[in-house]
Amino acid sequence: MHAFTASTAIPAVRFAGVARHFGAVRAVDGVDLSIAPGEFFAMLGPSGSGKTTCLRLIAGFEQPDAGHIEIFGETVEGLPPYRRPVNTVFQDYALFPHLSVGENVAYGLKVRGVARAERERLAREALALVKLAGLETRRPAQLSGGQRQRVALARALVVRPKVLLLDEPLGALDLKLREEMQVELKSLQRALGLSFVFVTHDQGEALSMADRVAVFNEGRIVQVGPPEEVYERPANRFVAAFVGAANVIESEMAVTLGAAGGLYSLRPEKIALLAAGAPVPDHAAAIEAHVVDVSYQGPVRRLAVRTSAGVALTAAVPAAHRAPASGESVRLAIPLAALMPMEGER
Amino acid sequence: MSLASLDLPAPREGVLRRLSDALLRHRQLIVLLLLAPPLIWLGLVYLGSLFVFLGQAIFSIDEFSGTIVREPTTATLLELFRPANFDILMRTVGIATAVTLLCALIAFPIAYYAARYAGPRAKAAFYLAVMMPLWSSYLVKVYGWKLLLAKEGAISWFAGRLGLDGALNAWLALPLVGGPSLSVSYTGMVLTFTYLWLPFMILPVQSALERVPSSLIEAAGDLGAGPGYTFRSVILPLAMPGVVAGAVFTFSLTLGDYIVPQIIGTSALVLGQAVYTLQGTAGNIPLAAAFSLVPILVMALFLTLAKRTGAFDAM
Repeated sequence: MHAFTASTAIPAVRFAGVARHFGAVRAVDGVDLSIAPGEFFAMLGPSGSGKTTCLRLIAGFEQPDAGHIEIFGETVEGLPPYRRPVNTVFQDYALFPHLSVGENVAYGLKVRGVARAERERLAREALALVKLAGLETRRPAQLSGGQRQRVALARALVVRPKVLLLDEPLGALDLKLREEMQVELKSLQRALGLSFVFVTHDQGEALSMADRVAVFNEGRIVQVGPPEEVYERPANRFVAAFVGAANVIESEMAVTLGAAGGLYSLRPEKIALLAAGAPVPDHAAAIEAHVVDVSYQGPVRRLAVRTSAGVALTAAVPAAHRAPASGESVRLAIPLAALMPMEGER
Repeated sequence: MSLASLDLPAPREGVLRRLSDALLRHRQLIVLLLLAPPLIWLGLVYLGSLFVFLGQAIFSIDEFSGTIVREPTTATLLELFRPANFDILMRTVGIATAVTLLCALIAFPIAYYAARYAGPRAKAAFYLAVMMPLWSSYLVKVYGWKLLLAKEGAISWFAGRLGLDGALNAWLALPLVGGPSLSVSYTGMVLTFTYLWLPFMILPVQSALERVPSSLIEAAGDLGAGPGYTFRSVILPLAMPGVVAGAVFTFSLTLGDYIVPQIIGTSALVLGQAVYTLQGTAGNIPLAAAFSLVPILVMALFLTLAKRTGAFDAM
C-alpha cells in the first residue's frame, strides 16, 4: 500500500459516503476519500464528473445532501466557508477588481484583524513567494493572466490554510506558462508541506504533479492511486480511455494472445513493431495487422492499426523507426506482461 | 461530385455591396454617418438651447418695466442667496437627498434578490413588476398617492386598524417632516417621489449587482469574511456605480419636479415650482435661469464627490 494511505495520522480531508444532488443530477454520488496531510492530491475527470463539486464541498460553497466530511478530524458539514481552515484558488482567480494587488493579498488578513503594518509586510512576503514582489500597488486588471494566477495563490496562502484547494488554476494559461507553473506549484507545495487538492481535466497535469490521483466519472471516484498506478494499471475501461488513451483488450482477443480470459488494458507504447522475419520476443505474442493511419507526434509515431481479426488498436512506436505507410501490413509484438487486468464493466 | 469540383457562382454585385466596399475603405465615414443625427439633436437642438437659456442668468430684470436688461451682471446669481430663495434651494436639495436615500434603501434588497437569487421566470416577473408603474399616467399615480396619504385615506385607516394611529400622529407632530396630514407634509412628498422614481434606482443597481461574479463573493467567504463584511467590502463597492447611476436619476428627477409639490406637500415652494412661476407669471427669465443652474451644479458636485470616494473604482 502507498505511504499516504497507510498513514495512521488524522487525514487532512476525509469524505465518507458524500453525495450532492442538483435536482435529478447526481453531481457527487457517494464519494469516499482520504487526503493525507502534506499530500498533493489531484482530482481528475471530464467536465461534469463531480470533481469540482467535491472541491466546493471541501471549501464549504456546497453542502452535502448525504455523507460526512471532516477536515483534520473536525466535522465541517453545515459550516460556512468563512469558518473552514481551507482556502481556494479559483478558476477565474476571483481577484477583487476594486482593490489593488496588495489589498487583494491582504484581504484575508484584514478580515482577521491583523494590524495594517503587519498585514502589508505579510502581503509583501506572500507576493515575493510567488515572484511578484513590487506589484502591490497595481490593479488586477493591469496584470497578465499568469500574474493574476500568482496573486490568487498568494492571497490564499497568506492566511496559512491547512489545505489549499485549486480549481483548474492553470486552465487559462498558455502551454509554456502552464508547464512553468506546474513545476513551481509542486516545489511550493513541498516547501510549505501543505495539502494541495488540485482539480483538473488534464491527465498530464495530474500525473506530473500529484502524489495521488483520484479519477472521477459520473459523480464517483473510479480509481485512486499514485500516478504510476493509475497510468500503468487502469482499473476499468473509463480510466484506460481517459488517462493516456490505452487500448482495451477484450477477453476473446486476450485468449488468442495466450493470456487468461478477462478484460485488459494495453498501453500504446508497449506495442512493438517487428521487422519482417524477426523472431518473436520471449513472453510476447505476435499479431498481423494493417496500418489505417499514421500520425507523427515528435518522439513517437502513433499508428492506428486493425488486426486480421478486425480489432482496432493504437501503437506508439519510436519515431526513429522507419514509418510504415497507411495500408501497409505490419507484425506487432505484444508483451504478455503489458496486459493489465481490469474490472469487467462500468 | 466531390466538394473541390463544386463551382458556386459569386454573390451578385449590387449597389449596396459597392456602398459597403466604399464604407469599409473609409471607416471614419461610417462613424460620421452614425453619429451625425444624434450629434445634431443633442449638440445643437438640446445643449444649444439649454446654454442659451442658462446664459440668461447673467442678465437681470428691470424692476420697473419688467423687461430684461441685456448687460452682464452677477446680481441675478447673487439673488439666489437671498433667504427666501436660498430656503427653496435647501428645501429641494434636502427632499431630493431623502428621496435618493430612501430609494437606495428600498431598491437594494429588491435588486439583490433579482440579480442573485431569481430564476428566469421570477426575473421576468420582476422586470414586469418594476416597469409596470411606468406604464400608467404620472398624474394618476400622484393623485392616487394623495388619496392614500389623506387624513381619511388608506394609510391612516390602516394605521388605525393596527393601533398605530398614535405613532402616525406623533410623527405628524414632529417639526419639519410633520404637518396636518401626510398629504400636506414633506413626509408625504418624499414617499410619493420615492414611489415614482424607485424603478430608476432598482434597474441600474440590479444590473450592477448582476455583473458581480459569484466567485468574488465566494472568495471573500473563503478568505474568512462573514456575510456582513463581504457585503461591505465586496458587494457594496462593486454595486456602487449602479447606486450612483440610480441616484443621478432619483436626485435630478426630484430636483426638477414641480407637479408633486403642488399636489402633495406644504405651500412652501420647491425649485421646480420656483422656475415654473418665474418664467411664467413673473416673467423673470434671468432668475429662472439662475435657479435652473443649481441642479446642474448640484449634480456635478455629487458626481465629483462620488468619484472622490471611489464609487467608480470598480468600473
